[in-house]
Amino acid sequence: MLFYIIRRIITVIPLLFVLSLVSFIIIQLPPGSFLDTYISTLKLSGTEVSDAEIARLIKLYDLDKPMYVQYFTWIKNIVLHGDLGRSFQWNRPVKQLIGDRIGLTMLISILTILFTWIIAVPIGIYSALHQYSLFDYFFTFLGFIGLALPGFLVALIVVWIAFSSFGISVTGLFSPNFVNAPWTLAKVVDMLKHIWVPMIIIGISGTAGLIRTIRANLLDELRKQYVITARAKGLPERRLIFKYPVRIAINPLVSTIGWMLPGVIGGEVIVSIVLNIPTTGPLLYGALQSQDMYLAGSFILILSTLTVIGTLISDILLAWVDPRIRYGGVGG
Amino acid sequence: MKKHSTNFSDNKDSEEELEIYKEEEKFYRASQRQLVWWKFKKHRLAMFALPLLIFLYLLAIFADFFAPYSPETRFPNYLGVPPTRIYFSSEGKLQRPFVYDMKRELDPKSFQFKFTENRTRKYPIRFFVEGESYKLLGFLSVNVHLFGTDSGGPPVFLFGTDTLGRCLLSRTLSGARISLSIGLVGVFLSFILGLILGGISGYFGGTIDEVIQRIIDFLISIPGIPLWMALSASLPRNWSVVRTYFAITVILSLFGWCSLARVVRGKLLALREEDFVMAARLAGASEWRIIMRHLLPSFASHLIVSITLSIPSMILGETALSFLGLGMRPPAISWGVLLQDAQEVIVVAQRPWQLIPAFFVIVTVLLFNFLGDGLRDAVDPYAR
Repeated sequence: MLFYIIRRIITVIPLLFVLSLVSFIIIQLPPGSFLDTYISTLKLSGTEVSDAEIARLIKLYDLDKPMYVQYFTWIKNIVLHGDLGRSFQWNRPVKQLIGDRIGLTMLISILTILFTWIIAVPIGIYSALHQYSLFDYFFTFLGFIGLALPGFLVALIVVWIAFSSFGISVTGLFSPNFVNAPWTLAKVVDMLKHIWVPMIIIGISGTAGLIRTIRANLLDELRKQYVITARAKGLPERRLIFKYPVRIAINPLVSTIGWMLPGVIGGEVIVSIVLNIPTTGPLLYGALQSQDMYLAGSFILILSTLTVIGTLISDILLAWVDPRIRYGGVGG
Repeated sequence: MKKHSTNFSDNKDSEEELEIYKEEEKFYRASQRQLVWWKFKKHRLAMFALPLLIFLYLLAIFADFFAPYSPETRFPNYLGVPPTRIYFSSEGKLQRPFVYDMKRELDPKSFQFKFTENRTRKYPIRFFVEGESYKLLGFLSVNVHLFGTDSGGPPVFLFGTDTLGRCLLSRTLSGARISLSIGLVGVFLSFILGLILGGISGYFGGTIDEVIQRIIDFLISIPGIPLWMALSASLPRNWSVVRTYFAITVILSLFGWCSLARVVRGKLLALREEDFVMAARLAGASEWRIIMRHLLPSFASHLIVSITLSIPSMILGETALSFLGLGMRPPAISWGVLLQDAQEVIVVAQRPWQLIPAFFVIVTVLLFNFLGDGLRDAVDPYAR
């Protein structure tokens, strides 16, 4: 087991390196250097930048050196000092801007995955046990629609219906009086009152997909010999089903985190923009629009890194749950 | 293809037996293509989706004809008009469909313009009316539109208008061109990438296979949407519509090829061990010939399924990017660009008809999913 974990962690390292490279390229993509944009933005807002300040920034990020040196300085600053660069739009270090938001993104993503499981498991099991029943058909059809619906369009329609029919606004994550308040129990309660809207919207397609997977898996298991044997021996139906086939059929809960996580985080980003939730989405969006590239690149880097780590954890969990993987090796 | 019974020694009357025999005969003699088509026909959702999709594409190709106006024409007296209501009867009697003109009034309470129907005069809806001229298929100069009112009559806006007074129906039909074609073009690019890389990976194996598999692992393990956003945001804003269109397509395909490459590789790995490949090799066929003549046709059907199922994600990707203002930008028209106007709650609350393009996106994606599902069942006609 330990050997498997170590081997799996080693495979992540080149992945993280490529991720950092891609993020760095994204930062460099817009024409003109970061410094030119920074100076011109500050000039527009009426602030003169002193030569000493410019010299300091050049030295800090090695902007006068070749590209690969810049990359290593950038990555060194991140790893050693946690310095992600400066956002010229906000004129603040990126680190200060994104802390809270990354936390909220992760919170919503994790809640969404939990929500997906809570909804999909019972429906998937019931659909498989009552194959071709009215209930099964209903959810198969609903699953089809759920897979086709893009989160941001659902968000748009939900916002409209809530506003036009009930006169309430479902945007944002906090009530107005809590927006700038420090974290208290009351604020957490207030957040929980709002957080279910994005949670459900982001979770729709994942739920639809998971229902189909669980249903198909359980149907496969139910046809196997050991089920017939157990039934022939007179095991009570309920105990039989829940003790063996269901346990195997819900394996994808763990194994699909790997591909669910990128979808959930990506969906979270775009749904948050529509619903105006103070997570990474709107800030990344704003950063991209004004080409505030250190901010944007850092978001991409951190979101991707978190996804990779999430996948790593799910793989290790899966190996722990299912010995076949641990002994079969990474490539299987 | 009826369920055929195999026990002929039954004591059924001979006529029925002959009938069954004929059915079987037909089944055994049918070509692969016929079998696929029979199986496909049995999938009701797919049979329902196919004609509708063809219809949608025809709407896009002949958008200028189906649309009553040009997508850029502004009607200054009709800014933000709700969809025009069409009447089929007056005073209880059925008659030719007609519309009323819209009158703009200032609401004294909210200080906003409201539109009411001016019921003094009826204007009948005519078909094949003459209107603005356009180039049909890009070269035929025509001025006939599917429907409209007589010249001098008020304009008909089935989907309402936007804030600039442009007909939303005309814009939606026109936007279908980019939205529907980007799926096909994007999938074509992914298909080429997937075929080449998946083919190399599956056929040659070894180190190249390992490298390509790691690249795929990398691409599917990162959240696509933020990266798409970043890449398309860095496209220069002064690029022409065509250039942006291709750039967006390339960005979308950069991630889309992975699933196709996996299908190709998986199938190649399974097929290259088959006897017919060995036979071809013994007969002296070149590697290229084996791939193109023997291997490719045997999994072409599976490729078609994967292609159909990856079109929706391309369409959704373009819509999402354009909706955020990072993809196609006006003056280009796509469903995502049209939805950009509906970004704010206030706008949607005042003019809910601006959400109509969203309905088109959802329907298209659903139809492609139905079609793909039917194809998936059909490509393996021997499976029960």
